[in-house]
Amino acid sequence: MSLATELRKDFPILSNYPDMVYFDSTATSLKPRVVIDAISHYYTHLGANIHRGIYDLSEAATEAFEETRAVVADFINANVNEVLFTRGTTESINLLIHTIGEQLVQEGDEVATTLMEHHANFVPWQQLALRKKAAFKVVTVDENADLDMSSLKAPLQKKTKLFACTYVSNVSGIVNPIADIIKTVRAINPHTIIVIDAAQAVPHISIDVAAIDCDFLAFSAHKMCGPTGVGVLYGKKSHLQTMQPFMFGGDMIAQVAIEQSTFQEPPYRFEAGTPHISGIIAFKESIKYLNNITYKAIKKHEEMLMQVLISELRKQCGASLKIIGQHSVNPRVALAAMYAEGSHPHDLADILNADHICVRAGHHCAMPLHKHFNIPASTRASLYFYNTEDEVQRFAAAFSKALRMFI
Amino acid sequence: MSLDIYKEIILDHYKHPRNFGHLPREGTVAQVNNPLCGDDITMELEITNNKVVDIRFHGQGCAIAIASASLLTEFAKNQKLTTLTTMNKDSMLELLSVELSPNRLKCALVSLEALQKAIKTHGLHT
Ligand SMILES: Cc1ncc(COP(=O)(O)O)c(C=O)c1O
Repeated sequence: MSLATELRKDFPILSNYPDMVYFDSTATSLKPRVVIDAISHYYTHLGANIHRGIYDLSEAATEAFEETRAVVADFINANVNEVLFTRGTTESINLLIHTIGEQLVQEGDEVATTLMEHHANFVPWQQLALRKKAAFKVVTVDENADLDMSSLKAPLQKKTKLFACTYVSNVSGIVNPIADIIKTVRAINPHTIIVIDAAQAVPHISIDVAAIDCDFLAFSAHKMCGPTGVGVLYGKKSHLQTMQPFMFGGDMIAQVAIEQSTFQEPPYRFEAGTPHISGIIAFKESIKYLNNITYKAIKKHEEMLMQVLISELRKQCGASLKIIGQHSVNPRVALAAMYAEGSHPHDLADILNADHICVRAGHHCAMPLHKHFNIPASTRASLYFYNTEDEVQRFAAAFSKALRMFI
Repeated sequence: MSLDIYKEIILDHYKHPRNFGHLPREGTVAQVNNPLCGDDITMELEITNNKVVDIRFHGQGCAIAIASASLLTEFAKNQKLTTLTTMNKDSMLELLSVELSPNRLKCALVSLEALQKAIKTHGLHT
């Protein structure tokens, strides 16, 4: 029996839609019952706001909330005070442009990112550079869609204050050799601040921020079986301590006088206002759930699914179907963004929808990469541990049938 | 059932779009794109005496966008400008003779928007 057969029972939505093939986990994963129950448990059994109350329920809520911080710290091998809660990857990265980006980057400096980024790790840096009159440099990709390591060195200079790079591409699924990339950047300039977008890494790969030695790392709970509206920003303690807050309000304050205010220590200094308490409390359940399955088992299952997917697509759709990053020299996670001359992804996704197959069509918030390969849009099938070989077969057959309507 | 929208007529106009390309002479041109899907349609109109006497289109898009543009050019030829400016989403659905979900409706309307934009540009010049 495959991993998925057992685990599917944990996902109520799969029993509500027994016919559905959900191949859009890169956009957001489905949620297991333990996570849904934990959200509901907060509202039915805790209810109170955190940090402020002297009464039991508020203390219990605070404890459950802070426990997630410890679980997250453990999950990425960080210290507990290096874990900030945000609404998601997007907010984590935007927090950085308003804090360290604002403080560090001046006119004439450089900010660098790569061509394979999601817009969330591209546009904030571009806008920061524009605002600061700094140069915006983009590391390109080679014909295989791998980061061009030789072009990495050219744009990265002593003047490069910040380098933002994704761990895993949400279009090609390519897993960047992130530790090597960071080493290369550090060799050019040990002071360059390195920001890693781990949104697509956390669902599939275990993360160790100490081992890869990044300065910051961002991810979202909702892509790894957790609730929507919860994100994490990891930051090295030495950086967090020099960063000024950019959102002001409750919870982040030490003292307020009419003339002046002082702020809490990190991470609280960056968490103004009432957060998504139920979501953050429930998030630890998704981490425990994934750890319990083990990333090793997830990887093994996904590799099996991808093998079937690629060989079925090749057999049924032929050579006219291209997959972005199919010749990558790096490992890839379980997703395939496909295109074939003469067919449009929106038509294909619409036809698949009639068979209750959910895939994504478009540029997947990665317009620079699509433009680079001169592809207006692609059809992306993204899989997770709860998908089965049978679903892959259904998808391949439906997809090749849809393609044949056009080409 | 969304499969119904891929009828022979739509597939035919998608694979063999009519009036595709450029006018022999320079006409009134307007381009419209749908950033969500990447549909991008340009209409070229030759207008005489408030009538469309010749029409071409080019661009890229999904089957619905291309087929709509193709069917619209066939319809628009020799029509009065006032007939074309009063067309709306229902007239497009009638031309296509299908029902579309709100998302795909946008694909069908790109060409009409381009046509009406061109007429507006022309109107401003006379
Ligand atoms: C690589 C990558 N970065 C960032 C994001 C943005 O994540 P969120 O929308 O949860 O903020 C995504 C989401 O698709 C992503 O795939």
